[in-house]
Amino acid sequence: MYHYIEYGSSESPHEDQEKYERFMERIEAGEKIEADDWMPDDYRQSLIKLISMHGISEIMGALPEKEWVPKAPTLKRKLGIMAKVQDEMGHGQLLLRVAEDLMKPYGKTRKDLIENLLKGDLKFHNVFHMPTRTWADAGMVGWLVDGAAIISQTNMLDASYGPYQRALQRICQEEVFHAQHGEAIIMALAEGTEHQRDILQESLNRWWPSLLMFFGPSTADTTGTSKQDIMIKYKIRKSNNEELRQAFLDKYLPRVFSLGLTVPDETVHYDEEKGQWVYQQPDWNEFKQIIKNNGPRSKERLRLREIAYKNNCWVREALSKEAVGS
Amino acid sequence: MERGEEEMIESAEKAKQDPIYLNALKDLIYQLADDDFIISFRGSEWLGLAPHIEEDVAFSSITQNTMGHALMFYNLLEELGEPEADQLAHERQSNVRKNAIYFEKKNGEGHYTEEPYYDWALTVVRNFLYETFKKVKLEAITKSSYQPLANVAGKVLMEQPYHLAHWKIWFNQLYHSTDEAHERLQARLLEASEEIGDVYELGHHATEMEHFELMISEGTLRERWLNEVSKTIQEFPSIDIGKKFGSGREGDHTPDLNQALEILSEVYESDKDAVW
Repeated sequence: MYHYIEYGSSESPHEDQEKYERFMERIEAGEKIEADDWMPDDYRQSLIKLISMHGISEIMGALPEKEWVPKAPTLKRKLGIMAKVQDEMGHGQLLLRVAEDLMKPYGKTRKDLIENLLKGDLKFHNVFHMPTRTWADAGMVGWLVDGAAIISQTNMLDASYGPYQRALQRICQEEVFHAQHGEAIIMALAEGTEHQRDILQESLNRWWPSLLMFFGPSTADTTGTSKQDIMIKYKIRKSNNEELRQAFLDKYLPRVFSLGLTVPDETVHYDEEKGQWVYQQPDWNEFKQIIKNNGPRSKERLRLREIAYKNNCWVREALSKEAVGS
Repeated sequence: MERGEEEMIESAEKAKQDPIYLNALKDLIYQLADDDFIISFRGSEWLGLAPHIEEDVAFSSITQNTMGHALMFYNLLEELGEPEADQLAHERQSNVRKNAIYFEKKNGEGHYTEEPYYDWALTVVRNFLYETFKKVKLEAITKSSYQPLANVAGKVLMEQPYHLAHWKIWFNQLYHSTDEAHERLQARLLEASEEIGDVYELGHHATEMEHFELMISEGTLRERWLNEVSKTIQEFPSIDIGKKFGSGREGDHTPDLNQALEILSEVYESDKDAVW
């Protein structure tokens, strides 16, 4: 789960035109680029940004759901949500390994990624800055947040960078289970007591703007810059932000309505002529604030990571010294 | 002493015929279930906060297995006429819980969502001691007169060696590394030796458990456990093991258990009519 909002542009001249042309031929032919292959700097940098953001978002994304792991209301739900959050951590690990390989020529490691996160230089996805106030939120994250993630990640299942593409294959398979896990929680609430239905609707109302924001703004006009074009040029992904958002609305709005739920936007409707959903834009200024770590729970979530990092410093130090015992 | 085939109790129905047998059996299963349940609750609080990402994934996997074991034991109790597993896990007051007190101890300072200054040394020492104990207790239970329990013990023992191996590696790596790591572990070992003395107790029905060959004696259990521990830690005090806070097997507990119960039953208690 990631977003495409970037700061600054990394347009760089291609010193080696011949290598570049050969590289683009491979991209056009649908070949996969591997970690040791030659690649232009803007390709490498875009991938590092994308994949480290994706990886760190998985790690940060564990935190809002994790709040509900010890509280899950039955033994089976406890087991289910624990497995789910573990998967997200696993995705984070898988992706950070891919990013680490790409960062090698710059002499950077995972330590740099974590420290960049804590400094606020490495961003994480907007949805994970939001609070999870009730058990319904635990379901909502699995159902609609992961549902949105599936839409955007399956869009990159054919990404030109081999190690990322292969990681995504596995991640998407697991995300399908996550969405089912989320859906199962949601169904139990939707068919449940008045209290359960209330917390479900309240949760959806709260998550709705974040879900629209999930795919990023339609154009660079909204937030300054966008990497959408470079991602498409290098065949990292196929569709633009709005196309992905429309695909999400296509898939999930009918399901939302069929459960008797509403979304907090009276204008939302399908425009048959244009063949797309019409909806009220979320507040993109708020979005900009959120991804700058000024969201409702940004500081608290970063604080958790910071404590985990610093408080366990002695453990990593001990591990880096070779064990003499058996 | 081996039991003959004819003395095996193969089903819950048969176990229910002798109230003395039944009570001893249920008490033994409560100990197993409550140990696994509370240790996996403390594990679940760590999720996302472990020393590195790889450990988060591994630890979580162990925690899930352990909670799965708790569920299997609660299901056995359900078959024996006790309330259903979710009720047993979420509704029972602390004074009827049978876990050893050391396992309910908080992971460290703070709350899992706020300023969690959790201590990895406590977690390594506690889980290592727990898994060595679980191994010897379950190995004894595979020969228990209650066949369904012996079967579950056998199943659990298929996963459990990996858990023990995991914590053994952690213990060895940290114990033989930096001075700081060594000292931290040693301090937690000392603390454990003062508190963990109820772990090998079998509670009010100890005599009946032995009589009905549900379980080996407390003395044998203690001896086997300490022998298992000494394979990794020669220095673990074997003479003076205290039980500073009483005996969890007899229902004594600390406020730490109440803190855990409040969290783990929060949603469950919010709507008792609900199906979740």
